[in-house]
Amino acid sequence: MREINVNKIVPIVKELCIDASIYIGDDVVEKLKEFQEKEESQIAKEIISIIFENHKLAVEKKMPLCQDTGVAVFFIELGQDVHLVGGDFYDAINEGVRQGYKEGYLRKSMVDDPIIDRKNTKDNTPAIIYLDIVPGDKLKITLAAKGGGSENMSEVKMMKAADGIEGVIDFVVDRVQRSGGNPCPPIIVGVGLGGNFEQSALLAKKSLLRPLNEKNPDPKWAKVEEEILEKVNNLGIGPQGLGGRTTALAVQILAKPCHIASMPVAVNIQCHVHRHKSAVI
Amino acid sequence: MAKEIHLYTPLKDENLEKLNIGDKVLITGTVYTARDAAHKRLVDLIEAGKKLPFDVKGQIIYFVGPAPARPGMPIGSAGPTTSYRMDPYSPILLDAGLKGMIGKGPRSKEVIDSMIKNKGVYFAAIGGAAVVMAQAVNAAKIIAYEDLGTEAIRELKVENLPCIVANDIYGKDLYEEGVRKNRK
Repeated sequence: MREINVNKIVPIVKELCIDASIYIGDDVVEKLKEFQEKEESQIAKEIISIIFENHKLAVEKKMPLCQDTGVAVFFIELGQDVHLVGGDFYDAINEGVRQGYKEGYLRKSMVDDPIIDRKNTKDNTPAIIYLDIVPGDKLKITLAAKGGGSENMSEVKMMKAADGIEGVIDFVVDRVQRSGGNPCPPIIVGVGLGGNFEQSALLAKKSLLRPLNEKNPDPKWAKVEEEILEKVNNLGIGPQGLGGRTTALAVQILAKPCHIASMPVAVNIQCHVHRHKSAVI
Repeated sequence: MAKEIHLYTPLKDENLEKLNIGDKVLITGTVYTARDAAHKRLVDLIEAGKKLPFDVKGQIIYFVGPAPARPGMPIGSAGPTTSYRMDPYSPILLDAGLKGMIGKGPRSKEVIDSMIKNKGVYFAAIGGAAVVMAQAVNAAKIIAYEDLGTEAIRELKVENLPCIVANDIYGKDLYEEGVRKNRK
């Protein structure tokens, strides 16, 4: 049994929050370049150039790429041979968020009550934390700080087996079409298939953690991803919804077994400011 | 894209009449920030027949909730938020004299109709390009609703704030036209 003091987690979470907000992943940059070259619309090409300029300025000035620095969502993989000591694990994560959002000059976007009061909590807590127990004695913390604009364009649909793969593809493409310019395209389309109602949504979000330059390990789903990507980019929505061939940089599917009566499908839309970062303790 | 057009606030009809969708503009002068919560308060005041915290006549509202400013900086990252959430409120503000809005994403038919009626323009800023936008802000001051935090109304002094005309006073819509041209 390996002991990890939760106080060790606080500065690590803090750094994850700050770094994810300022530095964009190489996988996203690569895809943006690839699509900019293929782009046929002049306005679309120029918008992608502005996105690159923004990346450069963010690093230079240590300012977040986007003012919406998101809800701090954490995927934790806790080794079963780890013993967490020194306090409450969830409190430590929230303390890291509190410090990161303050010291990084990141925006605090959480309200305490979703409907009636909607008072800002002023420190971007609480974080949303998912925990998986895995073999080993390591602790892996992955932050996916998710902005509101793209999250609002996400949806879960409980489909029928009779809808088939064609029905699923139509639903995903339609979801992107209805989103138009709202979620800040170029987007990444996360798709969760199967599980049940809530697991499909979680799968859609987790699918976004796969680097954009990695193919789906299952050739069956890799083919569906390519088909959806082509259809989505034929919609003409383009960067910011102002027209172009670059609506989505990637479609990423995660699938799980489900009930004989069900076929849950979830779409989680991610904007081009694709903030995710991991640390292993 | 066309050549950049310089626009100064307060906006004048004669300048707005020259704008067409797809035009790149650089805005200099004063713009006011407001998101969902501030819009609700402004519209509640109009409906109660009360005075607004700033005179909206000829002005521009920028849909933004900026990140906090680093020491020595006027503002933090300040890109646009999604505009459709302001659609229920914008026609009432346009009727009160508002001339321009800056945001991202398409507007409703009601807002577009109101822009034709009131000679108003909607400018698209690049969502996510929040540091680029912040570079154009020289000063920022909270003038109302400080309790709303990032959602408070700020008066921004801007110089060459880069935007694209998405809806002109003639009812044309760059979102609709741009997508139609690129669909396959």
